[in-house]
Amino acid sequence: MKLIVAYIQPHKLNDVKQELFKVDVVKMSVTNALGCGQQMGYHESYRGVDIEVNLLKKIRIEIAVNKEFVKPTVDAIIKGARSGNIGDGKIFVTNLEDCIRIRSGETGNEAIG
Amino acid sequence: MKVKRIILFVTAGLFVTTTELFANEVTETLELHSQALDMIWLVLAAALVFFMQAGFAMVETGLTRAKNANNILMKNLMDFSAGALAYWAIGWAIMYGVSSAGFFGTNQFFLAGADSSLFRDWMFQVVFAATAATIVSGAMAERTKFSSYLVYSVFVSALIYPISGHWIWNCDGWLANAGFHDFAGSTVVHSVGGWIALAGAILLGARKGKYFEVAGKKQARAIPGHNMPLAALGVFILWFGWYGFNAGSTLSGTDLSIGLIAVTTTLSASAGAVASMITSWIWFKKPDPSMSLNGALAGLVGITAGCAVATPLGSIIIGLTAGILVVLSVEFIDKVLHIDDPVGAVSAHGVCGAWGTIAVGLFANTDDIKGLFYGGGFNQLGIQTLGVLSVFVWAFGIGLLLFISIRKTIGLRVSETEELQGLDIGEHGSEAYAGFQIFSTQ
Repeated sequence: MKLIVAYIQPHKLNDVKQELFKVDVVKMSVTNALGCGQQMGYHESYRGVDIEVNLLKKIRIEIAVNKEFVKPTVDAIIKGARSGNIGDGKIFVTNLEDCIRIRSGETGNEAIG
Repeated sequence: MKVKRIILFVTAGLFVTTTELFANEVTETLELHSQALDMIWLVLAAALVFFMQAGFAMVETGLTRAKNANNILMKNLMDFSAGALAYWAIGWAIMYGVSSAGFFGTNQFFLAGADSSLFRDWMFQVVFAATAATIVSGAMAERTKFSSYLVYSVFVSALIYPISGHWIWNCDGWLANAGFHDFAGSTVVHSVGGWIALAGAILLGARKGKYFEVAGKKQARAIPGHNMPLAALGVFILWFGWYGFNAGSTLSGTDLSIGLIAVTTTLSASAGAVASMITSWIWFKKPDPSMSLNGALAGLVGITAGCAVATPLGSIIIGLTAGILVVLSVEFIDKVLHIDDPVGAVSAHGVCGAWGTIAVGLFANTDDIKGLFYGGGFNQLGIQTLGVLSVFVWAFGIGLLLFISIRKTIGLRVSETEELQGLDIGEHGSEAYAGFQIFSTQ
């Protein structure tokens, strides 16, 4: 079992979701996130005073999958989120110790699917 | 005997003179009071109509996304402010100056030679000009360059609105002479704004992500507004201001039709809200809040032309029709024509304004104007239709021309990156909701 965490551009969420649906990955959690990477920030100004904003709005997607789904999921996220520009985001894949479905008490591989 | 007669004569003479003096004084006082009533009523009504700017700002902000809120507010502030300056310099003169063949005015630029009654009238008219200008902001929301919008604002208040306004509201205008009746501006104000908005929305193109293709067929995606309470507050403010808009258009505080006008305005707005709620309930299975709010505005726009000549029952029918019409029109423009109008301005102001103007030819019931349903025949209906068509050709045509010129010179639309990030950051370098986390996934 793996946990895939992806940070993407907010406006790419729709495309990513569509690509994920195509490879039968329909379960995910999405949250708002702020992040800074190579993209650097931008400047705002409030009543003439400069504000440097270097934490940009991003979307964090978390998907827990069984091993065989790792490759298709990662590929789908890349396909949906990639524009070729700095700021497209990152994907982290980590091992997942366990997974329990609260309703039924199922654990492990069965609880994920 | 003789003495008595003389005394009687003198007394009678004195009585006649004092009565005459007294009568003159009464006439003068009455005249002064009636002038004072006009002054108070018109300036008060102008303030009410001015407050509609706040209504438009809130409706448009509420029905669009959080990332563009500052931009909407700036547009609403500036189309009034820049527009008022333009209307002082040029607009008033073109609308109410001495007519050149019924097409445009030619004097009183910069309010030359103004007296107190002209100041009063200008004050009442400038808020109408600003209303026409601000209608366009909503239809072009979330993608228009701010500088381009400023240029547009000046042109609409200085030229486009005053010229068609001259035709109808200047007593020597060609439509006025033909007997065209638009009491408070269904056509003069709302349709003009609506048709320019249509031209703008067409030339701008849709917001990114608004339409997508499935199997070669273009489909509309909903882009929900970010704050319905603000949109609702805006509609209530507009409704409140409309009592100045319609009842103020008596142009006189001693005109006793103010009562009827307030009643027809209220009934039509209510009927519009009810009708669009029912229409959306049947069509979309649930009573849609945003559409019902549009319905109230549709009813208000619809009754604006005929508020002084329609009966209360007539105003209800006008409102009901406008309420249904606005839903049909919003759906048609979005799903069939694929023109992106984020707040439904073209439908509420353009389409329902045209309907309200034509409705005068059907529902008018006074000694001067009789509509078709009250035995007046087709005459008034024909004149009303002619007015609606002429103003459509003028406003839509010149709107296209203006926006094409702007697009060719300074550009009409922001870059794609800026649109995605939000116009607040791109155009104004600041955000409306500092300290809030906002989903900007669209």
